[in-house]
Amino acid sequence: MSALVDQEQLEQEPKQDFKLPHIKLHTTSEIVPWLRTQRTIWCPGCSNGTITRALIDAILGLGLDPEKVVIVAGIGCSGRIAQYLEYSTVHTAHGRALAVATGVKVADPSLHVIVAMGDGDSSAIGGNHLIHAARRNIDVTALVFNNSIYGMTGGQMSPTTHTGDKSTTSVYGNVEPAFDLCELAHAAGATYVARGTAWGYRQLVDVIAGGIAHKGFSMVEAMAVCPVYYGRFNLTPDPAEFLKVQKERAVPASKFEEGESRRHDEYPVGMIHHAERREFVEALGEVAAKAEAKAAAATAGPAPSKAAKGGGNG
Amino acid sequence: MAGTPILLQGNEAVAEGAVAAGARFFAGYPITPSTEIAERLAKRMPEVGGRFVQMEDEIASIAAVCGASLAGTKALTATSGPGFSLMQEMIGFATMAQIPCVIVDVMRGGPSTGLPTEPAQGDVMQARWGTHGEHSIIALAPSGVLECYTLTVEAFNLAEQYRTPVIILSDALVGHMREAVVLPEPGSLRIAERGLPDCEPDEYDTVMSDIDNILPRPPLGSPYRVHVTGLVYNRRSGVPETGDPEIASDLGSYLREKIYHHRDAIVRVENYQMHDADVAIFAYGSVARSARAVVKWARAKGVRLGMVRPITLWPFPTKSVERMADQVRTVIVPEMNIKQMSWEVQAAVGGKAKVVDYGRVDGKLITPDEIKELVKKEYYYQDWEAS
Repeated sequence: MSALVDQEQLEQEPKQDFKLPHIKLHTTSEIVPWLRTQRTIWCPGCSNGTITRALIDAILGLGLDPEKVVIVAGIGCSGRIAQYLEYSTVHTAHGRALAVATGVKVADPSLHVIVAMGDGDSSAIGGNHLIHAARRNIDVTALVFNNSIYGMTGGQMSPTTHTGDKSTTSVYGNVEPAFDLCELAHAAGATYVARGTAWGYRQLVDVIAGGIAHKGFSMVEAMAVCPVYYGRFNLTPDPAEFLKVQKERAVPASKFEEGESRRHDEYPVGMIHHAERREFVEALGEVAAKAEAKAAAATAGPAPSKAAKGGGNG
Repeated sequence: MAGTPILLQGNEAVAEGAVAAGARFFAGYPITPSTEIAERLAKRMPEVGGRFVQMEDEIASIAAVCGASLAGTKALTATSGPGFSLMQEMIGFATMAQIPCVIVDVMRGGPSTGLPTEPAQGDVMQARWGTHGEHSIIALAPSGVLECYTLTVEAFNLAEQYRTPVIILSDALVGHMREAVVLPEPGSLRIAERGLPDCEPDEYDTVMSDIDNILPRPPLGSPYRVHVTGLVYNRRSGVPETGDPEIASDLGSYLREKIYHHRDAIVRVENYQMHDADVAIFAYGSVARSARAVVKWARAKGVRLGMVRPITLWPFPTKSVERMADQVRTVIVPEMNIKQMSWEVQAAVGGKAKVVDYGRVDGKLITPDEIKELVKKEYYYQDWEAS
């Protein structure tokens, strides 16, 4: 369900049937040149490396000009992706990646702006920026690494930690309900919402590629495996067992009813929502074109000798 | 028409200065008494091919400004008190990641919501030290409408030249005041352009660390495939490095020296009637307007009063204050806060002259009459009625 008021007025007929791209996967020797380092700070068994590879796979598969790819990341385990990737990269402040990305995309619409964030990063400290980026429908892709916990600081509960889950700050079990990030982004106005898992690598690559290919605000939730913190406190400390749990819980979105976000522990994966609505940066460009023309006409109009000049002195 | 005086408000002058400086991105959030800057730029930015974005809060505003600047566009935001507090986090990011940008803080009474429509100068220390950790900053204090314009241009030049955030510390009085001003001809202003760094992409990180030749930031999406980070990084490679004290120390001193090494080129001070002064008023921003009136009054009575007006508040004009301390017996420091700059003056004076501080935090401007009373005490032997 959307929380937008003017959606009917803004929504456009899809130009064509939007289909998820089907990316041909790349070999490790094709992936490695896009990594700045072979060493990461991620724990053994962490799936952030898998998600990072999926992102590179998607970028390569779409044939994007690598010079025009900009990765903007927040702070936390996921945020470290910025320094590992061989693109233009910005490692911002905790929660602020989407706000920084807004400035980047508005200033240079030719860039492919991909925003890497964690669950706490995007929905707690950066929750305000998430809902407003979605509402504006700015053409950036938010890739959220959801491990349901704050890993970098040692395993504290986040807004996606389930009720009853243990963490170092929910010692007796979490009393708060968790956010479904896809539903949150959809309600806030995201025009492409998809979910993938570390277990389902091929699907993860395709849903990331779909997000980048979509014009408008896209949100891809990548369900991550965190055996060291989330798993050890709640599920299993064994990464392979953790992946098996993902396999059981991840159910194709087509098997869910319209408006149904979860079924017990099961969650939909694949493309969950897609719509076309006027994109923010394009809309700003239209406004500027009109204002520029009007200003030029006003300057050139009554005084024929005076040519229109930029940066007038008011 | 060039040379024709126009009636302009301080906040509007900031907006026009930004346009003249080549700024083409503004992000902000409404807050009194700075809102006119956003309103003016909401109209002006699109007219000159720029972009205006009203963000969800001040944190997002400064973050978007950092992003736009990294993408190669000169960018600014404007705010006041509570918004300036919210921005501190990303001001720190901009100093650490060396992002040129301009932040306008139209000071109002605080703390907290305080006195939203009344002027104050309570943010001068926050401008210097508001964000956590060791860093340097440039802050300018306009004291009139024309200066709101010229110092905004100057702020962008300094931001580009030193690859740093620059803060304009205006206040509710200067921001809301209207004066007839003749704006400089567009071509007559020095405008520092961004340009591309004069080195190969793979040399950028090494070369950018030269303190005498600070290179411009290459835009995102250029062959300079840089990594921008708020973590401590090796300034010769750009790579984050948090386990090496030498690298952290090297970056820390570089970020400080980048500004302080160039202090003489950055700092601007107006010395008014200081040639033979034996007592000086040290005043900035709107208070300097009252101080100037008092100097005129005193001079008409044959009293050798002068004024030192720092236009650059940070880095602090230590040399000017030292020279002043060698010359005068008393320095009077009136300010709309309690002793914030007078401590700084006292440190630079180093006991060579008496420092008299005078503060107000009630949202009222310090009037010439109040300063006159302070001046009279320093010239107790003067017969004010007779002269």
